[in-house]
Amino acid sequence: MSFIINFAKFWYDFIIGDDWMIAAAVVAALILIGLLAHAQIIAAWWLLPLVVFLFLGLSLWRAIRASQSH
Amino acid sequence: MNTESWVFLLLASFLASTVEMVEALTIVLAAGVTRGWRSSLIGVGVAVVVLAAITAILGPTLTLIPINALRLFVGGLLLVFGLQWLRKAILRASGYKATRNEAALYEKELAAARAQGTTVRAGLDWYAFTLCFKGVLLEGLEVVFIVITFGATANQVPLAALGAAIALVLVLSIGFIVHRPLSRVPENALKYGVGILLTSFGTFWAVEGLGINWPGSDVAILALIGVYLVVSFAYVGALRRLRAAAAARQAVAA
Repeated sequence: MSFIINFAKFWYDFIIGDDWMIAAAVVAALILIGLLAHAQIIAAWWLLPLVVFLFLGLSLWRAIRASQSH
Repeated sequence: MNTESWVFLLLASFLASTVEMVEALTIVLAAGVTRGWRSSLIGVGVAVVVLAAITAILGPTLTLIPINALRLFVGGLLLVFGLQWLRKAILRASGYKATRNEAALYEKELAAARAQGTTVRAGLDWYAFTLCFKGVLLEGLEVVFIVITFGATANQVPLAALGAAIALVLVLSIGFIVHRPLSRVPENALKYGVGILLTSFGTFWAVEGLGINWPGSDVAILALIGVYLVVSFAYVGALRRLRAAAAARQAVAA
């Protein structure tokens, strides 16, 4: 059991790392872009760079706040 | 893919591999110098075989997945992975996170290796073997991840592997000549560059995987690299100003 937990933890740290919020934002953005494209509403290619810009900034802000509170 | 994209793919694979191999070299040198080279190099060899097996199995397997599904999955992974590298590089460049010091880490590894007792089994010093095996395997996994995902998505596994191979030869040659950790390699700048490239390719492929075409097709990768560079520089500048302001406030309070 501990092997499975350690294995899962390794891959979580490897891919997602310090801030899960970035991964969640990327997944949510891809779902939204996919839905918009599927419904033929808009080809929202610009949405992903925008999400990267916003959530990278938010993640950096969270990191600084965490470092200041220590 | 056009020629520029191939160059960036090769560059991403080369830079990421260089960074990881410099880190692995520090561990192997420390183990080799203190515990002997035989067990250390056997540990390196076994790790390289495991990494080669993972590449040989996963590389062709990934190419069996339909290209759009592969691009969506791999693009999303590369984007999340690349943002992790970029986030750390921005925090380091702005002074909020300590930069990696290979010379200091080498001294630390030397002290730890000297402090360990010697357990010889099957003619091997198990501390040196395990240290080198784990070090090369863990650092190498990131290289394998990038080579496989980049190579399979662009249908250019040999090109991505070539970037890693050039890095391997370069780092090993320099390490062999200087016999010291490569502390002069600008690791944070390299990691910054890799973060930008992974994030750019990840964004491009994830959106293409959803069946959406970028304006300008492959040229959009160059535009994404430019946009992310500007954005990240802006964040570094802003964080440096914040840090300077906080230091000034502390000085006044003191």
